[in-house]
Amino acid sequence: MAPPETTLEPAAGPRSILDDDAPRAPKSPGEIFRVFTRLALQGFGGVLPIAQRELVERERWLTREQFLELLAVAQVLPGPNVVNLSLMFGDRAFGWRGGLAALGGMILAPWCVVMLLALAYAHYAQHPVVAGALRGMGAVAAGLILSTGLKLIPALRRNALGAPAALVLAALTFAGIALLRVPLVWMLAGLGGLACVAAWRRLAP
Amino acid sequence: MTPAVPLPVAGGDWAAIFAQYLLLSLLSIGGAIGTAPEMHRFLVEQHHWMTNEQFSASVAIAQAAPGPNLLFVAVLGWGLGGFFGMCVTMTGILLPSTTLTLAAARWGEARRSTRGVQAFVMGMAPLTVGLVVSTGYILGKPSYGNPWLLATMAATVAVCLRTKVSPLWLIAAGGLVGAFLA
Repeated sequence: MAPPETTLEPAAGPRSILDDDAPRAPKSPGEIFRVFTRLALQGFGGVLPIAQRELVERERWLTREQFLELLAVAQVLPGPNVVNLSLMFGDRAFGWRGGLAALGGMILAPWCVVMLLALAYAHYAQHPVVAGALRGMGAVAAGLILSTGLKLIPALRRNALGAPAALVLAALTFAGIALLRVPLVWMLAGLGGLACVAAWRRLAP
Repeated sequence: MTPAVPLPVAGGDWAAIFAQYLLLSLLSIGGAIGTAPEMHRFLVEQHHWMTNEQFSASVAIAQAAPGPNLLFVAVLGWGLGGFFGMCVTMTGILLPSTTLTLAAARWGEARRSTRGVQAFVMGMAPLTVGLVVSTGYILGKPSYGNPWLLATMAATVAVCLRTKVSPLWLIAAGGLVGAFLA
């Protein structure tokens, strides 16, 4: 556990991640790999909070503002946010070698853990107690993800489309994907396309 | 209805699976878990390569392990065809988004606050919420017929909305309930 010594300097105007003002920098792709492995293995049920603690507070490779800016860009691009964030961080430090080191650190060790669990599952899946335990864990997994989704709803209030329209879009997505099983491509291209056009108009200067 | 026993994945099916994951990689805006409904539609409902129970258990296994939740894709691949299947699904889900991120990160950084990028972010945000809620609903499918499992799912939602308990404890508790009651 890192001591909470958050000696963040006061925010002085708008900043860009291109400003190189982080207190420290990684020395090599190998160090990036080690740190990302360490933080990935601590992330139960979400790596993002751990990534922020390790990269901002412990290693001090990023300021809090830099972390948030990287995250904002990571969310725009397709792919898991935390994976995109790792790639971009490594890429900024050491080019594509750094990007691969961060990506590898983020997924290789957890991948091995998951593989062992999957092996155990395949071996014991027929055992009634194990099968029951997994059904119970599955119910919790469903509840965890459902509550993640529900917690995102208040954030829609700040959406440029307006809260009612954003809520209707979320509900239509649920109906189309969960109930009617419309293929995702159609949903994103159709409803998503409309929503982006509407947002574009709302954002008119 | 899906059959109780999954169908085996044949040789040519792997190309279809790989292509599907390449596509899903590009569609995974706002996180990999948002594409789980599409994976469920493809693997469980369309091709019957997996049962509802296997699908939900795969995600549960990934959630019980440390690391990015993207790794449920590895467990699904493992269920389809062991180590080979895992490599097919993981390569598929990572290759396009990784390439695009490395290519476009700097472009996106410079244009993050432009109207076009903002419109994309704002327009897609409600769909992301809908996708995550859909994922929870679909993963709950094996639980809806069983009062203990349904109660476990409901209790998880209630606890998560009110407290900051580590998901690990909740998953352990769910495992106990499932092993001895449900």
